[in-house]
Amino acid sequence: MSTTTVAAVPRSTAYTGTTTLLRAALRRDRRRLLIWVLSLGALTVYATVGLGAIYDTAASRQSRAAVMETPAGIVLGGPGYGTENYTLGAMIANELGLSVVIAMALMSLLLVVRHTRAEEDGGSAELLLSGAVGRRAPLLAALLVMALADLGVGVVVFAGLAGSGLAAVDSLALAVGWALTGIVFGCVAGVTGQVMTQARAASGTALAVLGAAAAVRGVGDILREHGSALSWLSPIAWAQQTRAFVDLRWAPLGLSVVLVAVLTTVAFRLDDRRDVGAGLVQPRRGPAAAPPSLSGPVGLLARLQRGTIVSWTAGLVVLGLTFGSLARSVVDMVADNPALARAVGATGDLSDGFAAAASTYFALCAAGFAVASVLRLRGEETAGRMELLLATALERRRLLGAAAAVSAGAAALLLVAAGLADGVAASAALDDAGRLGAQLAGALVQLPAVLVVAGVAVALVGAAPRFAPLAWLVVVWALVAGLFAPLLDLPDWAVRLSPLGWVPRVPAEDVDVVPLVGLLLVAAALVAFGLAAFRRRDVPA
Amino acid sequence: MNAVPSPAIEIRGLTKSFADVQALDGLDLTVEHGQVAGFLGPNGAGKSTTLRVLLGLLRADGGSVRLLGGDPWADAVALHRRLAYVPGEVTLWPNLTGGEVIDLLVRLHGRPDGGRKAELLERFELDPTKKTRTYSKGNRQKVAVVAALAADVELLLLDEPTSGLDPLMEAVFTECIAEAKAEGRSVLLSSHILAEVEKLCDTVTIIRGGRTVESGTLAQLRHLTRNTVTAVTRADPAPLAGLTGVHDFTTDGHRATFLVDNEHLDAVTRELAALGLQSLVCAPPSLEQLFLQHYGDELAALEAVR
Repeated sequence: MSTTTVAAVPRSTAYTGTTTLLRAALRRDRRRLLIWVLSLGALTVYATVGLGAIYDTAASRQSRAAVMETPAGIVLGGPGYGTENYTLGAMIANELGLSVVIAMALMSLLLVVRHTRAEEDGGSAELLLSGAVGRRAPLLAALLVMALADLGVGVVVFAGLAGSGLAAVDSLALAVGWALTGIVFGCVAGVTGQVMTQARAASGTALAVLGAAAAVRGVGDILREHGSALSWLSPIAWAQQTRAFVDLRWAPLGLSVVLVAVLTTVAFRLDDRRDVGAGLVQPRRGPAAAPPSLSGPVGLLARLQRGTIVSWTAGLVVLGLTFGSLARSVVDMVADNPALARAVGATGDLSDGFAAAASTYFALCAAGFAVASVLRLRGEETAGRMELLLATALERRRLLGAAAAVSAGAAALLLVAAGLADGVAASAALDDAGRLGAQLAGALVQLPAVLVVAGVAVALVGAAPRFAPLAWLVVVWALVAGLFAPLLDLPDWAVRLSPLGWVPRVPAEDVDVVPLVGLLLVAAALVAFGLAAFRRRDVPA
Repeated sequence: MNAVPSPAIEIRGLTKSFADVQALDGLDLTVEHGQVAGFLGPNGAGKSTTLRVLLGLLRADGGSVRLLGGDPWADAVALHRRLAYVPGEVTLWPNLTGGEVIDLLVRLHGRPDGGRKAELLERFELDPTKKTRTYSKGNRQKVAVVAALAADVELLLLDEPTSGLDPLMEAVFTECIAEAKAEGRSVLLSSHILAEVEKLCDTVTIIRGGRTVESGTLAQLRHLTRNTVTAVTRADPAPLAGLTGVHDFTTDGHRATFLVDNEHLDAVTRELAALGLQSLVCAPPSLEQLFLQHYGDELAALEAVR
């Protein structure tokens, strides 16, 4: 009797339903993934062709190698393998790797959180798990989609590099290394998605890990040519340590594989232990009444983003301290090496130039935060909570205005924190208290441009909510134009498409008020447009 | 004071379409001051869309909508001070406690809760110190219901407010609505729980496919339809089957059960008397029957599929 009953139940495991989920996820994300894969592939091919054309002589490549040996070059690039004979391949591996790897890591970690914790937040995971779906299937499916996406980028990158006539084996090592690093950070998100009880916190924590990995790699590589022991703590370094196109070795990628295995195991172990929808930490009780601060839209939005603001501020302080503490090495390096000074075109103070470059980083972080913060309101709308707010005596424009204000205020806070940290560390490193004001000014002049980026998000949320995520394109373009304009030899107009392209390079240049006021006006116009449009549209739309 | 005050809600010929769906297609709805109006229809009939138009969240494509004498789209904020809303699907901020959410909503409403929060929390047995993430659907709904009832307003817009509540809490809710009515507030209660509507509502509007198919007081609606008659007669009741206005006639010996159109009730009872009545039960239609009369074909189609 009982045996027949048991036999009648189809055999199912913790992984049942993975293929179905995988197919559904690929279908749902096909457009998004295609855009990521093709744009990252296109960037690689464009950079390869572009660099090949611009640096077509050994002499020109060597002068570029000298730039890449400066601390700034190392932070923005790689450990500097092959700089003594800087071939096109070595150049790609050393300079393009970091940005592509960071982009792939972003893609991977956002994708994993979207398919795991975000699904639980939204409640659809519950629906799935009540069907014929194994306990581990959603996480496994998410990790597989992520791995496929990274491999997809890898294939396009390999085709692009090898197709441009670079050595096939080294191209393969580079493509595999980048893809594996992307997968590592996807798996990091697999773990944070188990620990954190909210999608935002899960991707935020994974982003913080990515930021730390980037910082550790940068500092580690500056401490010693070709990387110090510190560098090897960062997964980003492993992809760069294959020495592709210089003296290829595969071993560092073994570390990536091991880390992927460890993170995957940890994620599944955590997944087995917890309830659906819950995190590792059991939720605590809270106050029965709201504090006085929680009585308006600004109070609510600030409260909802409190944790994110605190962690981003901490991250930018770390970043600022890192850049600031490099100031000494920059000066020393130039003092030791007159050729280097000529190579970097050391007109004026090198530490000023370095501070301006650091400010671009701070601005990119602040812009990313600002966009995420504004888009949060769109999240409130799709989650159905905006309806609850707008059914009270809260005017629509006050709500969107509050989102803009909180985003702008927090972005300003981030820039001040980063600038101060940079200034304090640089003052200490150079024994020059004057650095504090200079670095802080460099960070603060970025604010108008950051506000323009936030303004684009406000305008989109107000007027075309379905297209609101397109605001990220502005951040991506600001990143490409801000960090790779010289590398990609972008024309001036293309750089100026990015709001950051209008910011004077303070402290290397003087503060020019005209573009700053112009940026502020553009930001104000974007916000005004968004507010007006928001008054006229359906909610939810 | 007007001699004839305008109704709390007056909707005429309301239309609203989304990208590819005609959600509302000429809907009419009236809620008089101080009345509890039931708003009936299955999922997807357009109840929530109507409520969102009333809240000025969605802009009407056509028709006229008046709410508390104002235009819900243009005067949204001013009108919202005078009404409270419970959405059908309540989602809350997972990191805030229930008590924090209630305070926030009441404060945004611009009215002090005047000590009602504590009383309502107790009546609905809601723990305000828990993060809303840990609440069940029913508890999330209670948060919205408490926030709505705590505000001192003229009109309550309730979108299936009891769909997640257990029977005990449903009873508490019914009490609260009865009190609101006694205080002179108007209520629009969207629901598909017919018993609840029958118990609470003065008037009922039934919609289908975004259009009003029936509206009026329960008594009026009943008048338009059929009574269920069960009779035992001395003579064979079979001839009754042929009478005008008799439907679904079945017999079991001398016991006959059938439906009678209201306007023919008089003639049919005379015939019954002539057959020698031994027992007679005549029941007015339940709301369920009213409802099924309008959705019967959909049910039939569903059964045919099975």
